[in-house]
Amino acid sequence: MADTPIPLEVRNIKKRFGDTEVLKGLSLQAHKGDVITLIGASGSGKSTFLRCMNLLEQPDEGELIVHGEPIRFKETKHGREPADWKQVVGMRAKLSMVFQSFNLWAHMTLLENVIEAPVHVLGKSKQEATDHARELLARVGLAERADYYPAQLSGGQQQRGAIARALAMDPEVMLFDEPTSALDPELVGDVLKVMRDLAEEGRTMIVVTHEMAFARDVSTQVIYLHQGQVEEAGPPDQVLGNPRSERLKQFLAPKH
Amino acid sequence: MEALMNWLEAQLADNSIFTLQTLGYYGEGLVTTVQLVFLSLIIGLVLAVPLAIGRGSRHAWLRLPIFFYCYVFRGTPLLVQLYLIYYGVVFVEGIQDTWLWLILEKPFVPALIAFTLNTAAYTTEIFRGAIKSTPRGEIEAARAYGMSWGLMMRRIVLPSAFRRALPAYGNEVIFMLHASAIASVVTIMDLTGAARFVYARFYAPFDAFLFVAAIYLCLTFAIIYFFRHLEKRLLAHLKPASG
Amino acid sequence: MIDLHGYGPRLFEGALITIELAVLSLILAILLGLATASAKMSRHWWLHRLGTLYTTIIRGVPDLVLMMLLFFGGQIGINMFTDWLYYQFDVDIFINVNEFVAGVVTIGLIFGAYMGETFRGAFLAVDSGQIEAGRAYGMSHWLVFRRIRFPQMMRHALPGLSNNWMVLLKTTALVSVIGLSDMVRVASEASKATREPFTFMIIVAAIYLLIASVSEWGFARLQKRYDIGYGEAN
Repeated sequence: MADTPIPLEVRNIKKRFGDTEVLKGLSLQAHKGDVITLIGASGSGKSTFLRCMNLLEQPDEGELIVHGEPIRFKETKHGREPADWKQVVGMRAKLSMVFQSFNLWAHMTLLENVIEAPVHVLGKSKQEATDHARELLARVGLAERADYYPAQLSGGQQQRGAIARALAMDPEVMLFDEPTSALDPELVGDVLKVMRDLAEEGRTMIVVTHEMAFARDVSTQVIYLHQGQVEEAGPPDQVLGNPRSERLKQFLAPKH
Repeated sequence: MEALMNWLEAQLADNSIFTLQTLGYYGEGLVTTVQLVFLSLIIGLVLAVPLAIGRGSRHAWLRLPIFFYCYVFRGTPLLVQLYLIYYGVVFVEGIQDTWLWLILEKPFVPALIAFTLNTAAYTTEIFRGAIKSTPRGEIEAARAYGMSWGLMMRRIVLPSAFRRALPAYGNEVIFMLHASAIASVVTIMDLTGAARFVYARFYAPFDAFLFVAAIYLCLTFAIIYFFRHLEKRLLAHLKPASG
Repeated sequence: MIDLHGYGPRLFEGALITIELAVLSLILAILLGLATASAKMSRHWWLHRLGTLYTTIIRGVPDLVLMMLLFFGGQIGINMFTDWLYYQFDVDIFINVNEFVAGVVTIGLIFGAYMGETFRGAFLAVDSGQIEAGRAYGMSHWLVFRRIRFPQMMRHALPGLSNNWMVLLKTTALVSVIGLSDMVRVASEASKATREPFTFMIIVAAIYLLIASVSEWGFARLQKRYDIGYGEAN
C-alpha cells in the first residue's frame, strides 16, 4: 500500500469564526475504500470540518494532502489563503461533494447537471460524458428523469441525482454533508440505499450524518466530535457499540 | 402591390390628414424608432454584463465608478442626458471641421449614445440584482466541483441570472421604447417626430397623436407577448412538473 | 465660482417649478391611484374593466405622446366645449390651457395608473383577518379603512410609492418640451445661448440627484414609521 498515495489526509485543522474556535485541531486519514462517518450534535463542527476538506471554508491552520500532494497556503491580510487557486481547483475535482440541500443547478436538466463538470472542468467529450451520465442516472434509479429540471423532482430524486453528479467526476473521495437531513422521512431510504451500494463497491467516503444505523452498518471508522474536538474515534462496534464517554452515551441514547 | 396601393388610396380618398404621404412619415418614423431602440438596447446589453459583474467586485476602484455611473444615469432624466450629449457634441470647438462631424452631424448618433448609456445603467442594476440572488448552494456546488471563477460565471451564475432578470428586462425594453419618444425633441423624425409633424401641418392633435399612441400600444403589446413567450420557454425549470 | 451668465435666478425658479410640479402631480397621482385600485377591486365588472383599460392604455403609450395629446388636444377640446356653450347658452368664456396645469394633469394621470397597481397589490397584501377583527369590534366600513386597512396597506405600498415618485420626478423634465419653464428648459435655453451645455446640464443633473437623495432619505424614515410592530422579520 505504501506506493499508492493516501487519497485524503488532513492534519491538525483549526478554524475560528470571530472569537469562537470551532475546530480545535482535527486530523483524519482516508485510505482507499474507507467510509468515515462524522457524528456529533449540531454545532460540534462536523460540517465545518468537512467543508474545510475541499476548502469551501478556509482553515486557519493545518495541512491538507490530497493524493499525496500537499495544498500550499500563503498568509494574506485577510488571513490564510491557498497560494495557488489552480491547485485548489484541481484538488476539488478529485473530491466531489454531496450537499444537504442538493444544490443542483436549477437552470439545467438533471442530465446537464451531471455532465457539466466532467465536460467543462475535466475536459471530457460531451458524448462520453453523456453516456457515462446516463449509466449513473440509471444506477441511482433516475434513468427516465434525465431531462427533468431539478424543481420538477422530489427531494429524494434530487439528492440521488446529486450523487450521480458527484460520481460523474470519478472522485478519489466523496464528501457527504448531511445528505438526508433535508429529506422527508419516507424519502431517506432510497438515498441511503444508494450510499450503501457505493460503500460496498469500495468507494472512499467521508459522511457527516445523523443516521446512526448507516454509521453502524457501513462505516469503517466513526468519529464523534464535540465542540470542535474528537471525543471518540474508532471502528463502529467500539464507538457506537461500547461508548466510553458519558457525552457520547447521552448522544446515542434513544430520544423521546 | 399596385392593387394594394390603389385600394389604400381609395380608402384614404376622403381623408385629408392620413394620406399616403403622411402614412409614409409614420412608416419612416417607425423604422427610426425601432432602429434607435433596438441598437441602444443591444449595445447597452453588451455593456451591462461586464459592468454588472464589476459592480459586485471586491475592489473598490472597480466597484465605485460603476456604482457612480449607474447612480447618475438612473437618477437624472434621460432628456437631460440627451441634451448634455447632443449639445455637448454640437458645441465642441472645431468639431465641424473633423471627419467625426460626418457621423455626429445627424442627431441620430448623439441620441443613440445617450439612450445606450441610459439603458446600460438600468440593465447593469437589473443584472446586478439577478447575479446577487443566485442561490448560494449553486455557487458552492460549482466551487466544490472544481470550477474556476470564470467558468462558474459563464456556466452557472450568468445563465441562471439572465433567466431571473428576464421579467425586469422586459420592462426595461418597454421603458426604452417609450423613452425613445424624446428623440423627437432633438429633431429626429421618429414615430413621435412624425406625429408632431402631422400635428403642426394639419393642426389636428387628436388624429396625429391618437394614431401614434395606437402604434406605440401595438409595439408594447408585441414586446410583452415576446417576453411572455421567452419566459415560458426559459423559466420552465422553475415550475414544478404538472402531475 | 461657476459663471452662470446671469441664468442663476431663472435656473432657481425653474427648480422651484420642477418641485411644485412634481409634488402636485404626486398628490393627484395618489388620489387617482387609490380610486383606480378601488375600481379594480370592485365587485362591479364595468368598474373593473374601466380601471384595467385606464392602466393598460397609460402604460402602453409614451409619456411624451400622452402629454402632447393632452396639452395640444386639450386646448382644442376645451375650445370646442366653450364654443358649444356660447352657441347653446350664450355663455362667453375663454379658458386657456396653462402649461403648468396641463403638466400636472398629464403627469398625475400617467402616474395614477402606476400608483393604482402599487396600491392594489398593497391592499391585497393586508391580511383579511385584520379587517374581520375590525368588523367584529363593530367598526364601520369607513373606520376599518381609515384605522386598519390604510395604515397597514401603506407599509406594503411605500416601496412602490417611493419608486414611482423617483420616476415621476424625472418625468417632469418632459414639460420643458411643451413650453413650461422648468429647470431643464432654462438649462436648455442657457446652453444654446452661451454654448456651454456642460455647465448648465450638469447643474440640473446635480439638482435632480439632490432631490432624489433627499426623498430617498425621507421615504426610508417613513418606512421605519410604518414598519412599527413588524420587527426585524421583514
